Amino acid sequence: MKSTAHDFPANAAAAIADPALQKALGRLKGHFIDKRAAARAKLPEFDALRDQAKAIKDHTLAHLDAYLERFEARVVAAGGQVHWCADGAEARATVLEICRRAGARTVTKGKTMIAEEIGLNPFLEANGIEPVETDLGEYIIQLAKEPPSHIIAPAVHKNKEQISDLFVDHHHGGDRSRRLQGIPELVTEAREVLRRRFLAADVGITGANLLIAETGQTVIVTNEGNGDLTQTLPGVHVVLASLEKVVPTLEDATTILRVLARSATGQEFSTYTTFSAGPRRAGDHDGPAAFHVVLLDNGRTTLLGNEMRDILRCIRCGACLNHCPVYGTIGGHAYGWVYPGPMGSVLSPALIGLDEAHHLPNASTFCGRCEEVCPMRIPLPRLLRHWREREFAAAKAPAAARWGLGAWAFLAARPRAYRLVARLVARTLALLGGRRGRLAALPFGAGWTATRDMPAPEGATFHAQWAAGRRR
Amino acid sequence: MSRAAILAGVRQALGRDGPLEGEALAALDRRLAQPRPNLVPTRGRVPLEDRVALFARLAGEVGATTERLAATDVPMAIARYLAQQNLPAAAAIAPDPALDALPWSTAPMLALKRGPTQGDNLVGVSRAFAAVAETGTLVMLSGPDSPTTLNFLSETHVVVLPVARLAGTYEEVWARLRAERDAIPRTVNLITGPSRTADIEQTIQRGAHGPRWLHILLVDDEG
Repeated sequence: MKSTAHDFPANAAAAIADPALQKALGRLKGHFIDKRAAARAKLPEFDALRDQAKAIKDHTLAHLDAYLERFEARVVAAGGQVHWCADGAEARATVLEICRRAGARTVTKGKTMIAEEIGLNPFLEANGIEPVETDLGEYIIQLAKEPPSHIIAPAVHKNKEQISDLFVDHHHGGDRSRRLQGIPELVTEAREVLRRRFLAADVGITGANLLIAETGQTVIVTNEGNGDLTQTLPGVHVVLASLEKVVPTLEDATTILRVLARSATGQEFSTYTTFSAGPRRAGDHDGPAAFHVVLLDNGRTTLLGNEMRDILRCIRCGACLNHCPVYGTIGGHAYGWVYPGPMGSVLSPALIGLDEAHHLPNASTFCGRCEEVCPMRIPLPRLLRHWREREFAAAKAPAAARWGLGAWAFLAARPRAYRLVARLVARTLALLGGRRGRLAALPFGAGWTATRDMPAPEGATFHAQWAAGRRR
Repeated sequence: MSRAAILAGVRQALGRDGPLEGEALAALDRRLAQPRPNLVPTRGRVPLEDRVALFARLAGEVGATTERLAATDVPMAIARYLAQQNLPAAAAIAPDPALDALPWSTAPMLALKRGPTQGDNLVGVSRAFAAVAETGTLVMLSGPDSPTTLNFLSETHVVVLPVARLAGTYEEVWARLRAERDAIPRTVNLITGPSRTADIEQTIQRGAHGPRWLHILLVDDEG
């Protein structure tokens, strides 16, 4: 998809002013945050499992070449093929070639963020092949011609009235008398429409939550069963996966699956977890005749070799989005590219460049909740800070921010001057704050105070209190 | 194809000149050849009767129904369940010798079609390879005796689960899979409850694409 990440400040302002979006975002807490907390409370070993999941992924990444070679050998032994692709263009061309050889006209798709990353749908359309999204959320946003706004709940920003309108237009040629009101009726209609597409598709494309080196299996996790119909009914199954999805064994995959659904939706386990190896076997009644794994690098090897390696542990559960106060305020589209929220703000600058995405690492209050809930213990605030340092070094930040940071650094290196200025600023702000104790406007900070108040400092500075011996 | 370039890039990122060698490579291959369990939660590591209760509770929490019975009662139990659900007494059934061996003559009203489904059967009947009490999950393997379409295309899925195959944890199932099968099947389906979606306003709705109803028959005397 085309990035609008460079417009992040304007995108965010528009999102805050959108009442329908704000209402949709209000539902995040009950659905995701509370349910995750409940699931965690029900499993005493949850945090210990996170430690092990992290260790498994760290070990795998440190031996990534060997595990990928073994994964490939098992896929080939099971009768499948692995296609190594350096970037999006190579991956798109590979998928197109597979579709053409199958004589494909329509392609059903399970949910895959990699397809979004490489812009697969517009490419297939431009080449005369119709891609049909089958995850209900992805289907809705495909009809709306929008990108996903959440990595596991792509249509989280849409309400049922908007979805009713889309269905009337696309299923009934705009005949308003056939407009559905209730959520059950909408789900049933989508089921019926998509069932016909499943049965008619020539190729099925899914993503992969995991790849298993021991067995050559690819793993998908869904609640709807759409991924399974996508990969069982057509003659060809194509799996899109990035390099870092591989783990050594079934046992290792199990450890990660134990933290994945609980972190994502608070489920003990997702409804359908499916392991696939190769095409259908002799004697099988169903399943595809051909099995392809498109293994995508697209910047992962660069991340593997620098201080961002930790982000390659990400299992795309969405917990960091759900718990992020910034995501909760602006939603996913404002980030402007495929991966929103804290994990996206780490990944996007690496995948689309710091020039385009330099705002994103600043879309964080560094409150630390993302790191606290990350099942793979990715130090997201630290990684965002790495990007901010690079942004500063590359002189991408606005002049006022750079000047302000320069002035602060000048003072911080001169303790006596720092104390004097801090005391003056604190007193001035306290005076300006008056009895309200809050400031509605700040010099040079109009953008910041446009949507919130600044709390006025109370009492003496930290240095002064420390010097006065009020330490505990 | 970029295989060589990607592998070289990975090795460079890891600070290595060439492929993994010697003891490091041997250790990695041992890890794959003799997979070892990681931390296994205590929840599922309980005696059989507790496993049955745990499985039934967790499967029930996600909307599946369960009943426990003798193998000889399975045909009548299926007929009774379909009647309760106001469904015609007909189903597509997996061509599984263990299912064939059940006394179907006790339920002559059932019209069964052996084999996969193209989506034209309201009900699918199949037999689980195993189940996991820890999360209330069924384990289905694709094969000549178990078409994958039966797991997904029918509105109602009835699964026969021998109690002897109800494991406490996933690790026990993987050990059993390696011991009983020469090769990994095309598909291993872990199924926890009926199909659902929460994609419209975070409201949970059953029967998104797969079965709306999942009924599990826990059979005591068939292994």
